[in-house]
Amino acid sequence: MNRTILVCCGTGCLANGSKGVADEFQRLIDQRGTDARVKCYVKRTGCNGFCENGPIVKVMPDDIIYYKVREKDVAEILDKTVEKGETVDRLLYRDDQGRPVKHQHENPFYAPQHKTALRNIGAIDPTRVEDYIAAGGYEALKKALAMTPAEIIEQVKRSGLRGRGGAGFPTWRKWQTAAEQEATPKYVACNGDEGDPGAFMDRSVLEGDPHTVLEGLAICALAIGAEEGFLYIRDEYGLAVRNVTTAIADAERHGILGDDVLGSGRRLKLSVVRGGGAFVCGEETALIASIEGSCGEPRPRPPFPAVKGLFGQPTVLNNVETLANIPVILKDGGDAFAAVGTEGSKGTKVFALVGKVKRTGLVEIPMGATLRHLIYDIGGGIQNDRPFKAVQTGGPSGGCIPAHMLDLPVDFDTLKSHGAMMGSGGMIVMDDRSCMVEVARYYINFLAEESCGKCTPCREGLRKMLEILTDICEGRGQEGDIQLLEQLGHTLQDSCLCALGKTAPNPVLTTIQYFRDEYEAHIREHRCPAGVCVKLTAFRIDADRCRGCTACARACPTGAITGAVKQPHVIDSSKCISCGSCREACRFDAVETEGRDAV
Amino acid sequence: MQIDMDEVLEILHRYPREKRHSLAIMQDLQHHFNYIPREGMEALAEYLECPLSSLYSMATFYRALSLKPKGKHIIKLCDGTACHIRGSVNLAGGIGRLLGIGAGETSADGLFSLELVNCLGSCALAPVMVVDDTYYGKVTLEKLPEILNKYREEAAG
Ligand SMILES: Cc1cc2nc3c(=O)[nH]c(=O)nc-3n(C[C@H](O)[C@H](O)[C@H](O)COP(=O)(O)O)c2cc1C
Ligand code: FES
Ligand code: FES
Repeated sequence: MNRTILVCCGTGCLANGSKGVADEFQRLIDQRGTDARVKCYVKRTGCNGFCENGPIVKVMPDDIIYYKVREKDVAEILDKTVEKGETVDRLLYRDDQGRPVKHQHENPFYAPQHKTALRNIGAIDPTRVEDYIAAGGYEALKKALAMTPAEIIEQVKRSGLRGRGGAGFPTWRKWQTAAEQEATPKYVACNGDEGDPGAFMDRSVLEGDPHTVLEGLAICALAIGAEEGFLYIRDEYGLAVRNVTTAIADAERHGILGDDVLGSGRRLKLSVVRGGGAFVCGEETALIASIEGSCGEPRPRPPFPAVKGLFGQPTVLNNVETLANIPVILKDGGDAFAAVGTEGSKGTKVFALVGKVKRTGLVEIPMGATLRHLIYDIGGGIQNDRPFKAVQTGGPSGGCIPAHMLDLPVDFDTLKSHGAMMGSGGMIVMDDRSCMVEVARYYINFLAEESCGKCTPCREGLRKMLEILTDICEGRGQEGDIQLLEQLGHTLQDSCLCALGKTAPNPVLTTIQYFRDEYEAHIREHRCPAGVCVKLTAFRIDADRCRGCTACARACPTGAITGAVKQPHVIDSSKCISCGSCREACRFDAVETEGRDAV
Repeated sequence: MQIDMDEVLEILHRYPREKRHSLAIMQDLQHHFNYIPREGMEALAEYLECPLSSLYSMATFYRALSLKPKGKHIIKLCDGTACHIRGSVNLAGGIGRLLGIGAGETSADGLFSLELVNCLGSCALAPVMVVDDTYYGKVTLEKLPEILNKYREEAAG
């Protein structure tokens, strides 16, 4: 029997050393050469979504999956698993009960997932178009070439697909509008800017399955009658840029793209534009300005890009994940796609589940699953079994959702009605050691820096909100500050030019709504209940609980902690910088925080 | 630093003379020189036949572009949300104590520049730091000196 070894070479696993592992497999296989009983191939795949446990290695067709594989483990995997089909137990994942898990589909992180947009990732080599084709790739494009634009749009309409970039706009409607325009040329574009800090869904798709995005974009081009398209990708995503560039060149060489799309006589030229690292460039009109070669500043809509977009021509812009769903819809039909999900939100959604949760990574589940299912069943609950406090969804435009709302279904409409939004899919889980005021300050600081400055409410309003929040976090908060923040927030919602400013107050307004007591503790008692705000927090070691293990003293960056082994330790407050490293290091919960009168 | 104009011109000529390639050209200049030298900006304005001021406004708008020389090694410390709540701010403080620089600054010996950046797309490994092209995941204050010393020793030969 022949075996294939899949080595995850996404950004996360590469950071953990997967290149060395893949090279070592290749080296040993070459060395064993024809003597080996089993023929064996190494394949470098995209991100499996469970990066924290990387490098990840899968052996097929046995479907055995190993985690945290090091170069020194390679020979053993070859001897046991490849040669004899046996497992190497110590490299298996352990589930919540400590049982070893042999197959991916038994792993509690993967078992509940339903992969559509991510269907090929981790199974194919993204740099080989042959792999994509063998997995059924470009079948949908073939099918679309035999259809009229109206028939293509009809399937997308039946699917109920809504844009995954955040706003959830029905995809077919954009396509329809652009298709109806008489002006030519028309353009298609893919939004791969992924600016939300804490989200990496689109990176994973671009890196791990670039052809699916190209195929989606090509089908869109057929539907609206475009012959040129762009993929705008963050420059920080080096591997994504490389893999997409390779994919375009390969597709052209195979006659899939270029002057004669699959022999149909149609033309489609795609190219990559690297983003300049500005969050606002993810907004569609700003992105268009950036592709045109000027500053990425938004402009008022209408006219919408579908009418007047790139170079003043009709343009459809879709998010990476939106496009990754298109080939599936065309291949299996819109109705099959619509069978998954909720009434108003069809299909699946990819989430980046990160923060203080046990299992972090990329998760694709049907729309309408609850937050509890995501965080507890898939994520395994909170790290160190601490209490859950909130989950931040939707990035800087989203909100913070408290514990009593964990049973809300996640889809486009439910979260919006609670002041948050599903957004592009970032899910940042916070425990009782996350300060909600500081989180709000963090987002406003981010947005104040990223505001392009074109409209006054956004530029000045955010600056003022940041000032107030910083004061609160540093102990200078005053009665009335909360009301002022609310007022400013509503003004921004009503008067900003683009969605960056209009949604910017969400993190502040939701934290005030659900965690008002934390704001009040900062303002009235000069105390940060979570023990995060440096100027309001002093650390202390509880002598009764301290076992003298010295972990805190070793973790302290300023040498403020002293004490003999097995004796209670003490913190010298004159040296302490309140960074909290000791609290993180302590395994006995002996480090406590108390308020510090700051002013 | 003496700028080799041949290198600048080679980069410009990778692209057709159209304004829409200005960002890509500036990114290439940035990658090559670690910043965009004044000579590069002037040559680009001439090449694209556009006002220097419009290029200047772009160079100051986009975060990835810099008009000031950067250090030999660029430390990108992620302050995306996932990294933030896992303590990236403390790491910035730690780097400050070790190298005497804050975000956006370059160390006196010209060896390091520190940039606070948004999500590097490896949130599962938070907090994340990238030095040049090498990723470091789950960085702690304890691990910092070891990581940075490697580059110092390299420079010392
Ligand atoms: C400030 C701001 C940032 C945005 N960033 C992104 C982004 O990084 N990626 C994305 O796909 N959409 C982003 N969007 C949404 C886009 O404007 C647009 O709605 C989307 O790309 C359309 O594609 P879709 O219909 O497939 O979702 C952003 C919007 C705003 C207002
Ligand atoms: S990069 Fe390997 S699992 Fe994400
Ligand atoms: S938030 Fe730091 S890598 Fe994503």
